[in-house]
Amino acid sequence: MKSIVIGVIGADVHAVGNRIIEYTLTREGYNVVNVGVLSTQEDFINAAIETSARLILVSSLYGHGELDCRGMRDKCNEAGLKDVLLYVGGNIVVGKQDFNDVEKRFKDMGFNRVYPPGTNIEDVMDTIKKDLGDL
Amino acid sequence: MKHYLLVDFGSTYTKLTAVDLDKEDIIATSKSITTVETDIIEGYEKALHQLYQVMGKPIIFDKVVACSSAAGGLKMAAIGLVEELTTEAAKRVCLGAGAKVELVISHHMNKSEVQKIMDKNIDIVLLAGGANGGNQECVIHNAKMLAKSDVKAPIVFAGNKDAIDEVTDILKDANKDFYICENVMPKLNILNIDSAKDTIKEIFVKNIIEAKGIKKVEKVVDRVVLPTPHAVLMAAELLSKGYQDEIGFGDLMLADVGGATTDIYSMAQGLPSQMNAVLSGLEEPFAKRTVEGDLGMRYSALGVLETFTESEIHQLSLKNIDLLDACTKRNLDIEMIPLTDMDKKIDDILAKRSVEVATSRHVGTLKGVYTPMGMMYHQTGKDLTQTTYYIGTGGSIIHSEDPVSILKHGAKLTSKPMELRPHRPKYLLDQSYILSAMGLLSMDYPLIALKIMKKHIVELEEKQDAGNE
Repeated sequence: MKSIVIGVIGADVHAVGNRIIEYTLTREGYNVVNVGVLSTQEDFINAAIETSARLILVSSLYGHGELDCRGMRDKCNEAGLKDVLLYVGGNIVVGKQDFNDVEKRFKDMGFNRVYPPGTNIEDVMDTIKKDLGDL
Repeated sequence: MKHYLLVDFGSTYTKLTAVDLDKEDIIATSKSITTVETDIIEGYEKALHQLYQVMGKPIIFDKVVACSSAAGGLKMAAIGLVEELTTEAAKRVCLGAGAKVELVISHHMNKSEVQKIMDKNIDIVLLAGGANGGNQECVIHNAKMLAKSDVKAPIVFAGNKDAIDEVTDILKDANKDFYICENVMPKLNILNIDSAKDTIKEIFVKNIIEAKGIKKVEKVVDRVVLPTPHAVLMAAELLSKGYQDEIGFGDLMLADVGGATTDIYSMAQGLPSQMNAVLSGLEEPFAKRTVEGDLGMRYSALGVLETFTESEIHQLSLKNIDLLDACTKRNLDIEMIPLTDMDKKIDDILAKRSVEVATSRHVGTLKGVYTPMGMMYHQTGKDLTQTTYYIGTGGSIIHSEDPVSILKHGAKLTSKPMELRPHRPKYLLDQSYILSAMGLLSMDYPLIALKIMKKHIVELEEKQDAGNE
């Protein structure tokens, strides 16, 4: 069973969406490692090391995602997780910004996939399976 | 069965506790210097002779059981993958089994780390790493490193279950003495202590006491069954939880300030007591033990000295206390017994500091986070603020003229507001020094052990003039 690490980053306590993601990914046959709300980059990375996860899925709903996610790819590299996939989704920036700009900024930070507000986890399932070689 | 004799072969003293099972009480206690360097039986027989003198006549004991922390105790190496996860889990297993964790290794071991296992004369190696279904590569690397080495110590494997077959082959081919257990962290942040802990206990009884020259005492006692701290942990857990109809004390903490180490125990779930705190990190065990190898009254007195600031040392010197000199003296003469008022005062100062620092390292902490929903807190470790009892044991606290003043340093401190220390505990004293003995007794007679503890662990009155320190 492949492991996926999920959680809500930073000083963010939005727990509901995270549970829905856990539910859906589990149903799809993944070993979901949920680090929960109020998680630091290190919480995600440490969990990914111990569970040999191929994918880290970061949620952020409170607008400070850009600050919280900065440097995460570098830390993954430092921790030996060179090939781990990084996804991020939610209300990841402050206010209403052009999503193309937002996506570019997060991709420059080393995230492989970036999702705008309102994206359902079901809609991303095919991409996840493709990225993990299950489709 | 009527009479039990419980023996604790300590690093310094061999302590005897005789129990009358029918009367459910202690008959007598005695102690003598531990003589493991020559023949451990010598010290035991001296103590036994004393015991008979106290009782007025020799009696036949129906059973004699012992625990031991003599000859350096049980020295272990904890090996894991991520420092905060499987390495921490491995460490907690060692401490829960009553061991001293002499060496902690994370990630891939290198040759010099393997060498350290031999240099430090490690008794048992605990090899963990990876959640089940997770990383195998690191623990397999570490198993290979151990296989290639001259490490003779038994190896307990308690890592990712997926790696069991390969690790077994590697260690078997190298003719290592090894044991396979359940993973110490089967899932992220989930702690699984019991399987590895039981195996460690088994190895201790089977191999370690033999190697340390303690086994020959089994000519005169029935069995050496546990490392002493493990016995204390069992006693404290029983005292907290109660047994059948006999209720326990509930949440409690325990400080044991010894010559070389300071041990802190807590019996509590330690979940957040305030609404806006979120638990983070590895799960905590209900019965938790931490050991500070740098805090102690004699051998480790210099470690206590290091926790004092320049200005604190200066303030003491104004009261004619030369702390450097006092600590050096204690470090060199580990059998020193305080006779003068000044030495007693200094021992109290060292005990207070040891309790204060060791408690800081044991309890959980809060870290504030400003969120759009207001202030939230990350809680790492156990919330012990609601702990009802703080118990003192160990010679330095038991023999102090004012044990409450020492134990108070384990409670809430205004200078350390983010530490989750007990707010208003009641202070108790293990005045007859029976905890390890009751842990041993509880293996056969938990109810009687509990009743004896409830009788002999007494509540302390605070001294009126204690405020002037």
